[in-house]
Amino acid sequence: MEVEAAAAGVAMEEERELSNRVMCQLKDSEGTPLGAPIFLPESAGPKELQQLVNKLLNNEEKMPYAFYVSDHELVVQLGSYLQKNKVSVEKVITIVYQPQAVFRIRPVTRCSSTIAGHMEAVLSVAFSPDGRQLASGSGDTTVRLWDLSTQTPLFTCKGHKNWVLSIAWSPDGKHLVSGSKAGELICWDPQTGKPSGNPLVGHKKWITGISWEPVHLSAPCRRFVSASKDGDARIWDVTLRKCVICLTGHTLAITCVKWGGDGIIYTGSQDCTIKMWETSQGKLIRELKGHGHWVNSLALSTEYVLRTGAFDHTGKQYSSPEEMKKVALERYNKMKGSAPERLVSGSDDFTMFLWEPAVSKHPKTRMTGHQQLVNHVYFSPDGLWIASASFDKSVKLWNGTTGNFVAAFRGHVGPVYQISWSADSRLLLSGSKDSTLKVWDIRTQKLKQDLPGHADEVFAVDWSPDGEKVASGGKDKVLKLWMG
Amino acid sequence: MPQGDYIELHRKRHGYRHDHFERKRKKEAREVHKRSQIAQKALGIKGKMFAKKRYAEKALMKKTLAMHEESSTRRKVDDDVHEGALPAYLLDRDETTRAKVLSNTIKQKRKEKAGKWEVPLPKVRPVAEDEMFRVLRSGKRKTKQWKRMITKATFVGPSFTRKPPKYERFIRPSGLRFTKAHVTHPELKCTFNLEIIGVKKNPNGPMYTSLGVITKGTIIEVNVSELGLVTPAGKVVWGKYAQVTNNPENDGCINAVLLV
Repeated sequence: MEVEAAAAGVAMEEERELSNRVMCQLKDSEGTPLGAPIFLPESAGPKELQQLVNKLLNNEEKMPYAFYVSDHELVVQLGSYLQKNKVSVEKVITIVYQPQAVFRIRPVTRCSSTIAGHMEAVLSVAFSPDGRQLASGSGDTTVRLWDLSTQTPLFTCKGHKNWVLSIAWSPDGKHLVSGSKAGELICWDPQTGKPSGNPLVGHKKWITGISWEPVHLSAPCRRFVSASKDGDARIWDVTLRKCVICLTGHTLAITCVKWGGDGIIYTGSQDCTIKMWETSQGKLIRELKGHGHWVNSLALSTEYVLRTGAFDHTGKQYSSPEEMKKVALERYNKMKGSAPERLVSGSDDFTMFLWEPAVSKHPKTRMTGHQQLVNHVYFSPDGLWIASASFDKSVKLWNGTTGNFVAAFRGHVGPVYQISWSADSRLLLSGSKDSTLKVWDIRTQKLKQDLPGHADEVFAVDWSPDGEKVASGGKDKVLKLWMG
Repeated sequence: MPQGDYIELHRKRHGYRHDHFERKRKKEAREVHKRSQIAQKALGIKGKMFAKKRYAEKALMKKTLAMHEESSTRRKVDDDVHEGALPAYLLDRDETTRAKVLSNTIKQKRKEKAGKWEVPLPKVRPVAEDEMFRVLRSGKRKTKQWKRMITKATFVGPSFTRKPPKYERFIRPSGLRFTKAHVTHPELKCTFNLEIIGVKKNPNGPMYTSLGVITKGTIIEVNVSELGLVTPAGKVVWGKYAQVTNNPENDGCINAVLLV
């Protein structure tokens, strides 16, 4: 076989140097082996392995891969790696390969502009799924839309009665919904900045989170779910302009809500439980118990794909909703693979749980290690990593499938509030109370870039899906845009 | 039978007067006018007392009226937009503002500098000089009056020697000298008989502190080595401050509470 011949050829050249050869078995992330075990020379590095995998998989275009030997990434030649870690060469070594994103995001280094406009602290920032528009909600009760090309304010959307706590773009980019402290939701048209209708009233206390129905389940986007402090989540329909279903059951405030790709709504609450709801009737499917204190944040392994819908890094625009639905479904299936969707929840009891909600109501792993409450958890866009931000000033990185601890990023001097991933999953951004943002490199597991500049605490950060820009807002009332 | 019971008995037997209820009603109606007459005519201290009582009554009446009025109208709850907007994940958490933390640390540093400590008895009755000292007459004709004898409990220390009697102005009688104090631990609530090391501060003045006078409220330093306390660094604590809580000259013993 030409592959073995190639390997043997390489080996022949090296024989002069008396290099040893190692028996390796390539496996993919799910465990299926790729081809038979091969004798590889010790001087084989990630590049050679990449060529090998591409050939074995018969890829038309060369895809980049990352290789892991027993959960550690292989960055140097096989030989030096084996010597360093003292792995025995007599056994067959399993090398797991992971496809990496073809595109590479450049890390942001500088603040390209500081846009003032809000009269009060900026509470939430969100890029639209295609990365062309930016919206921010603030304590001065307005939602502002910003023009990214000129980096100036575009529209000011007035209408809320109290602080705008959360905003969410629909995955097709056509609607923007914002929720306020007064418990009302307003749907805006991002092209004109005008509200699409009257405020949607129903909640009695403030809105803690909003999540849209994924595009691959229904296009054009119609429904979204909102969570509130009064303990119930409501599913609203923007075309009917009313609440269709009310999901009650939690005894205390709901802190976080996510609409999963398989059509299940997950709600995490201060009563220490996570409930799964079915969306056609609003029935409770399962209750995930385990936490000892408030559940602060939820994250799904397919979250990034659900948020961006049909858009990806190529920046292609779609004309019809059906096309969008088809493309979104393809992307979703590719992302999900054959494994069930995973859910991670971060709580005030300093731990996180990794669940496979479709399989069982018991957690898969308990992730301990933080010394203060976990405020925000986020799966990487490719689902391989989980990042958690905590009030103990550190950001921790965990394996996305098993939940094992990988690395801790220390550097902040104040509680870390929010995190955001770059679209290629290679960089992680964190915003903290100490007014700095920090970019961390996943491969080297070190600080890549420090972004100081805010005058006060940073409340919200977001990385655009096309990876070009980062937006951050905080207590100092300005919105900062950072570029590479 | 008591007086009022006769009236009741009669009522039970024969009923009320035919015009009883009407008269009662009219009398009560006249009360209002009678009251206003008294209010206008009462003079002197009587008038003042009445006015005060009436004012309190009126204020209370106004309050109850306002309360009743409130419930009858339904007002839309209008939350004002507050300052200091917080994101949703911080709303239920009460975090001490940075300013408050900073001012607290500054206040603590200032207190430490000034030497002001939190003591169980912050205020004590001041002791007058003539209460503290008794004049001792001396001299052949007992006319000289420059000597004073201290009438309160004192602490002198183990190495104390009197000044030559001709020159000593303040006399501390040996009967009023104490070496030990009954010190109570405020949390453990148990009392130990501990040796006094020295008098740290007497609230009546620095002169009394230097003389070693112990009155109520004085801060003394006691030897706590038998309690077995250890600092976080690992060193053994052998002296701690305590505040005197009784009047030792009256009781014959010193009771103090440990300052932890």
